[in-house]
Amino acid sequence: MSVRTLTIDGHAVAMATGTTLLAAAREVWVPIPTLCHLEGLSPVAACRLCLVEIEGNGKLQPACLTPVAEGMVVHTDTPRLQDYRRTVIEMLFTEGNHVCAICVANGHCELQDRAVEVGMDHSRLPYRHPDRPVDLSHPHFGLDHNRCILCTRCVRVCDEVEGAHVWDVGWRGEHCRIIAGLNEPWGAVDACTDCGKCVQVCPTGALFDKADTSGEKHTDHGWLGALVRARARGQQTR
Amino acid sequence: MKLRFATVWLAGCSGCHMSFFDLDEWLIELAELVDVVFSPVASDIKTYPQDVDVCLVEGGVANADNLELLLQVRARTRLLVSFGDCAITANVPGMRNRLDGAEPVLRRGYLELADGSGQLPHAPGLVPELLERVLPLHEVVPVDHYLPGCPPSAARIRAFLEPMLQGELPVMEGAAMIRFG
Repeated sequence: MSVRTLTIDGHAVAMATGTTLLAAAREVWVPIPTLCHLEGLSPVAACRLCLVEIEGNGKLQPACLTPVAEGMVVHTDTPRLQDYRRTVIEMLFTEGNHVCAICVANGHCELQDRAVEVGMDHSRLPYRHPDRPVDLSHPHFGLDHNRCILCTRCVRVCDEVEGAHVWDVGWRGEHCRIIAGLNEPWGAVDACTDCGKCVQVCPTGALFDKADTSGEKHTDHGWLGALVRARARGQQTR
Repeated sequence: MKLRFATVWLAGCSGCHMSFFDLDEWLIELAELVDVVFSPVASDIKTYPQDVDVCLVEGGVANADNLELLLQVRARTRLLVSFGDCAITANVPGMRNRLDGAEPVLRRGYLELADGSGQLPHAPGLVPELLERVLPLHEVVPVDHYLPGCPPSAARIRAFLEPMLQGELPVMEGAAMIRFG
């Protein structure tokens, strides 16, 4: 296994070829904020929170998708990146309708957590208050598009782990949203196995268990990494 | 000289003011340090005075009265604090913005959901007209400080006010101070 040596925020790092900058940074305890990334799912660089500066490269690169390279000098927490990250979070808050006080995920929401981390005490961008629907057609679960940040974790977990591929992304720009089946009510999609993995990986309160009221949605992602590792090692039982 | 201190209640549920009451016995200490010159819960003064040092403003800007009072507050106050999520994000009152305008909101609330005897409220000079959209304070006037929370806890309010009373800036970082919700 060949190794690449590089520098991340002044830490000298030696990593196997193919390792991502995000994994390398976490190896040396350099925290890089993420939202769409989840251990066990493929990286997509949708949220842009993990952008880093690489010396000699004019473009910011997503750490979750960029492999380590020999001699790289990476900066993960410059004033420019801090400002971009706060702006990204403000865009997510103002693009949808994130009313924390009445949300199932209040207190256990990754978007709320990231807002604290980037120091957002208010949004410098105006709130858009779009008119978005809520899909309550599934017998156990609900989808509130107001709270969706289009991270696509639900799309990926359903496709890559459950193998049902119920979810997709429809339309573009401000109309972009998660769709079930061929843009059908979730409850009408036969492919759904009612497993609830999408609800478990959702970072906000967009996907929720109908039994939960405000502040009651608690998720734990540990099972996903464990499941994916067990499958890779052929350890799962049926 | 004591600080001239005010609190204002715009389009919010008054929960931020209730949380202010949760300061309990510290309110007695606060009363020693400030003159409360205007407040819906701690003063009977009906007009917003001149030369206010610090004002906590709860709620978003939803109607003509809210707007008029906020403009007065800004003109007469040294430090204007957005107090709670409604003031900072429009929050629950802002959920009506998706209906796109005051008229659809009134129609929905007073006609479509009425039991047959519905009528639109109309009493100029008595019932303030709704604005087209509910806005956070800083989309209307410059705001000096932000104190998030729905409501901000008493501990958070105290951690904010204590340094302010000493003429220092509160450190607004970490989940204990700036988490929404």
